[in-house]
Amino acid sequence: MSQILVYVPDNSRHAGEILTLARSLGEVAAVAFNEEGAAAAAEYGATTLYRVNEPQVDSYFAAPKAEAITSIAQGQDWGGILLPGSDEGKAIVGRLAVALNRGFLTDISTLDSDGVARQDIFAGSRIVTSKVTDGFTIATVKAGAVNAEPAPSTPSEEAVDVSLSDDAKKVSIVETVDEPAGDRPGLTEADVIISGGRGVGSADDFALIEKVADSFGAAVGASRAATDSGFYPHKFQVGQTGTTVSPQLYVAAGISGAIQHRAGMQTSRVIVAVNKDSDAPIFSMADFGVVGNLFDVLPQLLEEVEKRK
Amino acid sequence: MDIVVLVKQVPDSGLERNLNADKRVDRDGSNNVMGELDEYAVEAALQLKEKHDGSVTVLTIGPDQATETIRKVLAMGVDKAVHVSDEAIAGSDALGTSSILAAALKRQDWDLVIAGAESTDSGMGVMPHMLSAHTGAAALTGARSLEVDGQTVTVEHQRANGYSKLEAQLPAIVSVWDTINTPRYPSLKGIMAAKRKPIESLSLEDLGVEAGTVGEAGATNEVLSVEARPERSAGTIVTDEGEGGRALAEFLVNEKFI
Repeated sequence: MSQILVYVPDNSRHAGEILTLARSLGEVAAVAFNEEGAAAAAEYGATTLYRVNEPQVDSYFAAPKAEAITSIAQGQDWGGILLPGSDEGKAIVGRLAVALNRGFLTDISTLDSDGVARQDIFAGSRIVTSKVTDGFTIATVKAGAVNAEPAPSTPSEEAVDVSLSDDAKKVSIVETVDEPAGDRPGLTEADVIISGGRGVGSADDFALIEKVADSFGAAVGASRAATDSGFYPHKFQVGQTGTTVSPQLYVAAGISGAIQHRAGMQTSRVIVAVNKDSDAPIFSMADFGVVGNLFDVLPQLLEEVEKRK
Repeated sequence: MDIVVLVKQVPDSGLERNLNADKRVDRDGSNNVMGELDEYAVEAALQLKEKHDGSVTVLTIGPDQATETIRKVLAMGVDKAVHVSDEAIAGSDALGTSSILAAALKRQDWDLVIAGAESTDSGMGVMPHMLSAHTGAAALTGARSLEVDGQTVTVEHQRANGYSKLEAQLPAIVSVWDTINTPRYPSLKGIMAAKRKPIESLSLEDLGVEAGTVGEAGATNEVLSVEARPERSAGTIVTDEGEGGRALAEFLVNEKFI
């Protein structure tokens, strides 16, 4: 059985997803730079854990981790290397591929033991199956594509000492600022997302979207039209140039469903649309749609939710 | 300060897109446009030039028709263009593309390379880090703000839950999101001036890149098949005549979300 090398950034659901996929392909060797990553490796069945000891790794952007993972990757024959489908995963995969001079795939949603992967392209409108021609797959895994299934293990630990090159230390992380979404879950972790679009009409009126979100314990999202209009901060934008989400329930309120937006949410399990315009493209993909004014429909929905609590 | 902006002509993301019979991005037809995020990179470069002087060069890889995109960028105010075009490039994967761009960057002096955070066709978002690995220049990606002070470049790297402030010394490679600025429209004067601006055309041979290492011949990936996502069929649509919210609540109860 081949050994799959996995970079585990933290102990999030996404980390569990990547480890679960890796487990279906072979024995898993996880690389972790912190306790959280190590915890995920043990929770999701890694047999080997590479603990990288380099206190400076978080002081510089992306390159140190890429360098450390490259050195582990060069150490032995792997069946494949999997990385998270995050900004950091993309930064690392690009550097790793150049260093190893090997091909790679990004944002895969499945991968079988023959190295054949599925990817969504063109804003999710097409699905391609592809593979790396030399049979050695380096890939980033799309968040939410795999069901994370715990399989507790006690991995054998190997401490890895790295000394960073000068090149790895070129970009300093001067400051990291969290702009928390209050008590709401993050867009990529939320099971339910309530999103508002241009139809919400103003920043103040997004309070209604937030209220509905809170009644579901949901995250708040926004369309590009809404963020461009300044109704809601850009970091909540769902779409091709925002965040791609795949929740159990996605409610689009006052969102017409431009391709930009559909790209970010069309793999949601259940889609609900509320829009005044019965011709809005969002209705063609909604499991349930209400043609009507969101300021009538959502308060009534809230009332019903409260009644049932 | 000398800046290179990377742009890519892509199929219009607002229209139907597909792969062709060779399983490559179908670039035929008239629906090719500049990558959506590239305009923000061009604007960022022009703003830096206005502040710090120097030059802005647009660098693109693509067939002859990519000149349309080059003209648009020149009309926005970019000084000159480098257009890498060669039949042997078709079918290049990210690894091949990165070696072509790196070879083109090595032919000229630059302090800063600016790109969009990702292209709207491949959407991989990996190129700046690949170019950093090739050239040794710092890569500061996913920027929502960008400042240069002397030899120091600072960006706010946009994250899902906030941002990180990144700092490096020039030369550097920066990629930007659409939150960074509002791109200008080409003026009539700009459009006229663009016609006289130089476009340098380069082949793989000019770059010293062996044809067999890029394009389909050098590709490390193979697309096996492509299919359209099964259309989501529209479900129940009701018109609100006073009971729309209750009908929605009922649906969500049945689906066990309430």
